[in-house]
Amino acid sequence: MRIGVLALQGNVSEHVNATKKAASALGLECNVIEVRTKRDLKGVIGLIIPGGESTTLQKLCEREGLFEEIEKVPNIFGTCAGAIMLAKKIHKKESDQRTLELMDIEVDRNGYGRQVQSFEKNVETKFGKVRAFFIRAPRIKSIGKGVSIIANNNGETIACQQIINDKTNDKKFHFYLATCFHPELSTTKFHEEFLRVCSGAHLYC
Amino acid sequence: MSNEIGTFNIKSGLAKMLKGGVIMDVTNAEQAIIAQKAGAVAVMALERVPADIRAQGGVARMSDPQKIKEIQSSVTIPVMAKCRIGHFVEAQLLEALEVDFIDESEVLTPADPTLHVDKKNFTVPFVCGARNLGEALRRINEGAAMIRSKGEAGTGNIIEAIRHIRAINDEIFSLKNLSSEKLVSLAKDYRVPVTLMEETAKLGRLTVVNFAAGGIATPADAALCMQLGVDGVFVGSGIFKSSNPAKMAKAMVDAVAHFNDPKKLVEASVGLGDAMPGLEISLLETKLSERGI
Repeated sequence: MRIGVLALQGNVSEHVNATKKAASALGLECNVIEVRTKRDLKGVIGLIIPGGESTTLQKLCEREGLFEEIEKVPNIFGTCAGAIMLAKKIHKKESDQRTLELMDIEVDRNGYGRQVQSFEKNVETKFGKVRAFFIRAPRIKSIGKGVSIIANNNGETIACQQIINDKTNDKKFHFYLATCFHPELSTTKFHEEFLRVCSGAHLYC
Repeated sequence: MSNEIGTFNIKSGLAKMLKGGVIMDVTNAEQAIIAQKAGAVAVMALERVPADIRAQGGVARMSDPQKIKEIQSSVTIPVMAKCRIGHFVEAQLLEALEVDFIDESEVLTPADPTLHVDKKNFTVPFVCGARNLGEALRRINEGAAMIRSKGEAGTGNIIEAIRHIRAINDEIFSLKNLSSEKLVSLAKDYRVPVTLMEETAKLGRLTVVNFAAGGIATPADAALCMQLGVDGVFVGSGIFKSSNPAKMAKAMVDAVAHFNDPKKLVEASVGLGDAMPGLEISLLETKLSERGI
């Protein structure tokens, strides 16, 4: 299966490596593609949007006409800036900023403050304890009905997922996974979950 | 399970998030907004761009805090600022201002003839310039979370940045075939721990993010550095000393994102007007890259 990592800007190589490791841990055959143009998205069943600068990612995607194409990808995993890109609603939005508006979450950009407030800590997640790095991280302010929580920090959602399965139209299966922190820097557990869903999603497409 | 701030992972982590991006020198809020609109991943808040520092001479120091605050309040992307080499009090001021990254920079007049800032003592991450592997490893050992080539700032001449990028690449490549005795002896020459040398040799690259800086004047210059393996670029005078800064800024961002795609590079390079005027290195009175080795 083809898994894309949006490679216009951000910590791309860390996600490429984590995806390859996760695939080999699961024994899945997985072709990891760096996505910079529409052409690169062809046949991609799951896309990872890395951490980076959300305003930069958005502009580069827009200039490439990638928004409409990314919306068609059945499975998307966004970390940090990637989570901002997935969100239906964002706070501290720049006047010319646009997101994919795919996932029913409300996100505050740089919700913890500037870099000197960035931090790391151990957090409990659905996939066990992980070392979580919050780097100028966004904060998830609220989640919609269909969104389930994967990890909490002091009562705040820091990782969540949403499955959209419209049975009236079998092409409309979508799986979205968002984290405020950077699992790609410390674990492959989130990538494994993403690949597991992607491999099953073949059935729906 | 308490929050740990200012760890090396958190500092080097921000540098990783800047990869594939362009960091632009700006001297006021208006320029910072132009940079952000163009897609810069961060801005460097300065009083004067390097070309003006070079032309005006005299002692160049940290920017007026008011200037930095003005730029911080105008954009949401990270704001960096420069301190003089070894001037740890300027660094303390910048940390108190909550800039997102400090550039301990040879573009400003050095404050300490022998020592750099002890960067491990700070919560805010530092980037430092380097001309070769020894300089890069010394800075990393002092706690730098990011390295950039020194190049020759304010010249619009890419040759020195290329010299530095290639030197670091070649020296890392040659580490691979060194016996452990030679590695120990080289670590002594470089004045860094052998473990840092071993880790660098194993990775085949620096242990932190490495950007190009110093003399980048066109989108093709930026893509040249990227194709030589750097993780991103700093553009100093190259944007706001060009005839159309907004266009040049966008072109730099596009060129770095698509550095391996000549057709995209053509699109980025069309109709930009004049690049900044360039200077011949051999005619320079002051070589900034020789500061702080």
